[in-house]
Amino acid sequence: MSERLSRARAVRLGWTFAAVVVLCALPFYLDAFWLRIGLFSMAAAVGAVGLGLLSGTAGQLSLGHAFFLAVGAYGYVWLAGEPGPGLPTALAAVLAVLLAGVAGGLFSPVAGRVRGVYLGVATLALVFLGHHVLLTADSVTGGFNGRSVPPLEVGGFSFSADSELSLLGVPFGAEERLWYLGLALFAITWFTARGLLRGRPGRALVALRDSETAAAVMGVDVSRYRSAAFVVSSMYAGLAGVMLALAFRRVVPDYFGLVLSVDYLAMIVIGGLGSVAGATAGAVFVTALPLLMTRYADQLPLVAAPGTTDGAVGPTEAARYLYGAAIVLILLFAPDGLHGLVRRLRARLRSRRTAPPPADAASPSQPPASAVRAKEPTP
Amino acid sequence: MTTFLDNIFNGLALGAVYALVALGFVIIFKASGVMNFAHGSLLLLGGYLTAVFHDDLGFAGALAVAVLVTAAVAGAMDRFLLHAGGTDPHTAHVQTIVTIGVDIVILTDLSRRIGGDLLSLGDPWGDSVSGLGPVTVADSRIAAIVVSTVVIAGVFALFRYTSWGLSLRASAEDVEAAALMGVRLVRIRTLAWCLAGALAALAAVFLAAFPAPGLERTTGQIALKAFPAAILGGMASPPGALAGSLLIGLTEALVAGYQSDLHILGEGFGDVAPYAVMVLVLLVRPTGLFGGKAAVRV
Repeated sequence: MSERLSRARAVRLGWTFAAVVVLCALPFYLDAFWLRIGLFSMAAAVGAVGLGLLSGTAGQLSLGHAFFLAVGAYGYVWLAGEPGPGLPTALAAVLAVLLAGVAGGLFSPVAGRVRGVYLGVATLALVFLGHHVLLTADSVTGGFNGRSVPPLEVGGFSFSADSELSLLGVPFGAEERLWYLGLALFAITWFTARGLLRGRPGRALVALRDSETAAAVMGVDVSRYRSAAFVVSSMYAGLAGVMLALAFRRVVPDYFGLVLSVDYLAMIVIGGLGSVAGATAGAVFVTALPLLMTRYADQLPLVAAPGTTDGAVGPTEAARYLYGAAIVLILLFAPDGLHGLVRRLRARLRSRRTAPPPADAASPSQPPASAVRAKEPTP
Repeated sequence: MTTFLDNIFNGLALGAVYALVALGFVIIFKASGVMNFAHGSLLLLGGYLTAVFHDDLGFAGALAVAVLVTAAVAGAMDRFLLHAGGTDPHTAHVQTIVTIGVDIVILTDLSRRIGGDLLSLGDPWGDSVSGLGPVTVADSRIAAIVVSTVVIAGVFALFRYTSWGLSLRASAEDVEAAALMGVRLVRIRTLAWCLAGALAALAAVFLAAFPAPGLERTTGQIALKAFPAAILGGMASPPGALAGSLLIGLTEALVAGYQSDLHILGEGFGDVAPYAVMVLVLLVRPTGLFGGKAAVRV
């Protein structure tokens, strides 16, 4: 048994290594358009992992994710920029993430007490109130037109196209440099989130989601864990906000609206609740689909070229149609999301190849996503 | 004083319209546990259909068509798209996200059709006004209050006196017990969605009537303000939704009316004031004003 486990681990390590190599090699082959899709996807994935922790694992519905993204993005811009304290950019980025965590903590009087749909709508309020503040607090946020984002500099190395740099004959502009930054931050997110989920806090949060009363009886401090989930999720959102700001190079209030919150919710549900890999897959799907659709619109049937009016279906609209339909279809046929779909496919493949003992079908260290929907035993 | 009365009246009219929308939310939530994000686009659909048909069918005919079609769309949505997990309440959050998907599709299509236009619904009140004591009010606002009151009273009567209402209340209380008593859950649910759709279509008329300039593609977003209204009252309580709507309507109208005195809060605070009120209320009462304490059985 242990021999098989270690072999499985070696295979998994091999795949991880291959994925890392491919991801690191991509900037040498892809042009800026694809790299930008990658950057937005990585930022979205970080945010989605945070929301997955909160809404998927801890079962606290949040529609306020856009607000915490905005805190991270604007926090960075204000801390690093002029007007503002003008701190070193790396320090500003770290402080912006902490600031988002503080914002989540300030919300904990509500987050610790309000439950279910009520919490969802209460967090909706954050988005609207936050948007209002972004529009009116001109001196900090730049008002309706937003502010431009100072490029990140770490130890004299600038993540922008200011200085000439080329590696192996490939010119390294802002996108290429930010790609590696994004990869590093995403890797940090991936491992910290998995560590959290598999360790004691993750178990406590799952217990809270399934039954608060039972969790409290088991010794989980309910309101502390509920608030902590909010703080941690907000920090991931803040990090995603910083990454988005760096990728966009300009932050505007209208981006951080309800639509963004809903997009993040869609990411984690499409990906499959309660799993880091699922949240990542959902984030890539939701982020890349509209961009790809817009780019390749002219090659799609029934889609008019951008700019044509008189009621024709433009590429942006086509992307929205497809996006909406994809949400409905995925959830109609796989209510546990892409992650559940992949797991079922894999289980089917495996059972066809060999007939393993049933305990092998789901790895024991990972709570099955279907537990989210598992019916509670009726008393 | 006149300004104050003006604002109060505006608030009541606004609250009456929000009540139509919020009641729809609450009915859907009671029947299926789903938070319907597509409510805004249902509302817009109702308004759009009224606008398209009023030339040929007259206002009343167009409104009837709009109400019926919107109700049918809402019912179809429930029947065909939201039964992925059956009536198991634990799938409610997945179904909530499905409504987001439906909302995106409907809203994209309607926005494309409406474009930047302002559509007139051809309502009979036009821009006429009446004097009501010291204040002058738009007839459409009076109509909004009267019609909403009548319709909401009708809906409450449905809850109270029909077998459908009884079944709905029973299934909201305890799904399994209701099913064992022979309540046809699926039918009850679909009817609830139809009713909510019809209410949304009706609300669209008053949201687009004078003094609003007409139906635009953003009109549906107003449905989002019915969220705080429904939550304020307690999501599972129709009378609560009513009280919450009036509170939200009054807050919005008063804050907008006295904006010059509240300039410290920034321009356009009236639009977000309902959310601020909601957060304050939830801090004190986490299940809304009328929501009961949930008893937990271990």
